[in-house]
Amino acid sequence: MGPIIVVVELQNDAMSPATGELLTRARQLAPARSTRVVALGFGEAARASLAASGADDAVLVLGADAYVPTRAEAALRQVMHDTSAGLVLLANTTMGMDLGAASAAAEGRPMVAYVTSLAAAEGGAFTATSQVYAGKLVAEVAVPEGSVVTVLPGSWPAEETVGSGTPVRDLAVPSESAMELVRTIEPDTGDVDITRADVLVSVGRGIQDPDNLELADELAEALGAVVSCSRPVVDAGWLPRARQVGKSGQTVKPKLYLALGISGAPEHLQGMKDSEIIVAVNSDPAAPIFEVAHYGATCDILELMPLLTERLGEAG
Amino acid sequence: MRIAVLVKDVPDLVEELELDESGRGLAVDDLSYVPSEWDDQALEEALLLKEASGAHVSAVALDTGDIDNMLYAALAKGADRAVKLVGDYDRTMPGRQRARILADYLAGAGYDLIMTGVQAVDDLDGQIAGLLGGMLGWPHASVVRDVALGADASGAVGFVQEYAGGRMAEFRSATPLVLGVQAAKKPPRYVPIARIRQVSRSATLEEVEAGAPTSESLLAIERLYRPEAQGHATMWEGDAAEVAAALMALLDEQHLRS
Ligand SMILES: Cc1cc2nc3c(=O)[nH]c(=O)nc-3n(C[C@H](O)[C@H](O)[C@H](O)COP(=O)(O)OP(=O)(O)OC[C@H]3O[C@@H](n4cnc5c(N)ncnc54)[C@H](O)[C@@H]3O)c2cc1C
Ligand SMILES: Nc1ncnc2c1ncn2[C@@H]1O[C@H](COP(=O)(O)O)[C@@H](O)[C@H]1O
Repeated sequence: MGPIIVVVELQNDAMSPATGELLTRARQLAPARSTRVVALGFGEAARASLAASGADDAVLVLGADAYVPTRAEAALRQVMHDTSAGLVLLANTTMGMDLGAASAAAEGRPMVAYVTSLAAAEGGAFTATSQVYAGKLVAEVAVPEGSVVTVLPGSWPAEETVGSGTPVRDLAVPSESAMELVRTIEPDTGDVDITRADVLVSVGRGIQDPDNLELADELAEALGAVVSCSRPVVDAGWLPRARQVGKSGQTVKPKLYLALGISGAPEHLQGMKDSEIIVAVNSDPAAPIFEVAHYGATCDILELMPLLTERLGEAG
Repeated sequence: MRIAVLVKDVPDLVEELELDESGRGLAVDDLSYVPSEWDDQALEEALLLKEASGAHVSAVALDTGDIDNMLYAALAKGADRAVKLVGDYDRTMPGRQRARILADYLAGAGYDLIMTGVQAVDDLDGQIAGLLGGMLGWPHASVVRDVALGADASGAVGFVQEYAGGRMAEFRSATPLVLGVQAAKKPPRYVPIARIRQVSRSATLEEVEAGAPTSESLLAIERLYRPEAQGHATMWEGDAAEVAAALMALLDEQHLRS
């Protein structure tokens, strides 16, 4: 089988945790399929990470210091083609969503998204499980040789790698591109830093109406907590972006995460599942949030919030 | 600027997802369906572009069954045209097959900008924006917001792409271009059912005979199941008062009361 290609993403100029997870699994799978691991990184900033990746070989795309989807895709397709890749692993991030489906479709290869486990299959190539229907169902799928796979960050632990022994080969790709970067935009830090709070009162679409946010504010005040939220609450313009927990928001690890009216979509879980204690209140007993919560209840959050605020007030 | 917005419906997650007898698929006929929420965002963003810059907006859907209302709703919201791709299709069609049929139609249909939801809850085999970009060989980007037409004199399209932690980048791209839209500039507009009914009596859906499903790069689903609870929450039974009491006890036990 051709090599396992791992697409390397950086976070603050270091390898992202999700990439470490992909490399870990790739190194475990490669011997079973008598093949090697090739790490693919973009721009000079990736050089050190590639050298320390623990992969057998690495390819560094020159002139790709800033991420431009069209250029990154051209490079990935060239590497897939040149190496007759046996498997391509990407994290299910923005980059993975850009490059995964497109390179699979362009190269005529199967694609599996939202993967949470990946193993060598008996007699075949690989087998995977994927989280579909916002985490309400799991699909077990056969992953044929040559597939492109995007993995949900945090699906399995990453092993530390040591050393800087991976040889890095430079790759030049044509620089003309239909797409151009205009500017990068740094995160809006907002009024509060939700990543520093010990207790988060986090509200989702179950809050139903922006007027009900007052109930969450009062509860947070009584608890000495901070209000955070899921993405739809931000998209509706009810709370600022700095309050958003999840894949496209902040990653939080408070002592207590109170998830109120949040269903627990994979994109939300990604940002809070390592909280010390998670309490979820959701009227739907089948909501996936209960898979990660330590304590749960199915009562109405609009009833619970004022009651709890009152109790906290009484207790003083 | 001619914009196509691709729309589809997906099972309503508020209801129980019944599985079929094979254990490999959903009991599609027993489910209720709703428009995919991110397609709604894409449609809204397109309609805002039409209002701001005069784009021509077509809503395009594959006729996998009962999709007329979704197209009439798009017209009622302000789309200029609704296109229904007809053929031997049904709701069990994997995303990859749908993408190929859409790509074959879009390749010659003369659109400048294809907008679609960033993902759908059922796209196990790849998100549509990337699949189309790859099949058509057109530039494409996912997790996009703030689309702007006429970003410069060349007719390029501007957009912002989101990354983890709230970081973003602004891009400019030549057309034709495919964008997977994460969120519109405003929450999707609402049209009353009565208005959709009214439109369905006066407007017509344009039917286009499209290609037959192919079996290229299809995945074999071996099993579809509900997550096997590994660490399911300890549930507090009872009404809000009982739950509040349980929470108070937990706060005390964990010394989390300020
Ligand atoms: C690329 C990408 C990035 C994303 N990034 C993020 C992200 O960073 N963060 C994020 O959160 N999401 C993100 N999402 C969106 C994610 O997929 C989900 O759509 C979102 O998390 C759902 O939010 P929710 O749980 O609040 O809403 P829903 O899924 O609508 O859930 C609302 C819940 O409230 C419950 N409920 C309703 N009323 C009550 C009541 N009175 N009492 C108790 N319970 C009630 C319902 O049972 C339901 O389970 C992203 C999506 C994409 C595609
Ligand atoms: N040409 C453009 N295309 C797309 N989005 C833009 C463009 N210019 C500004 N924006 C977005 O509009 C918002 C305001 O930007 P600014 O005008 O730079 O303050 C930001 O969220 C930008 O990302």
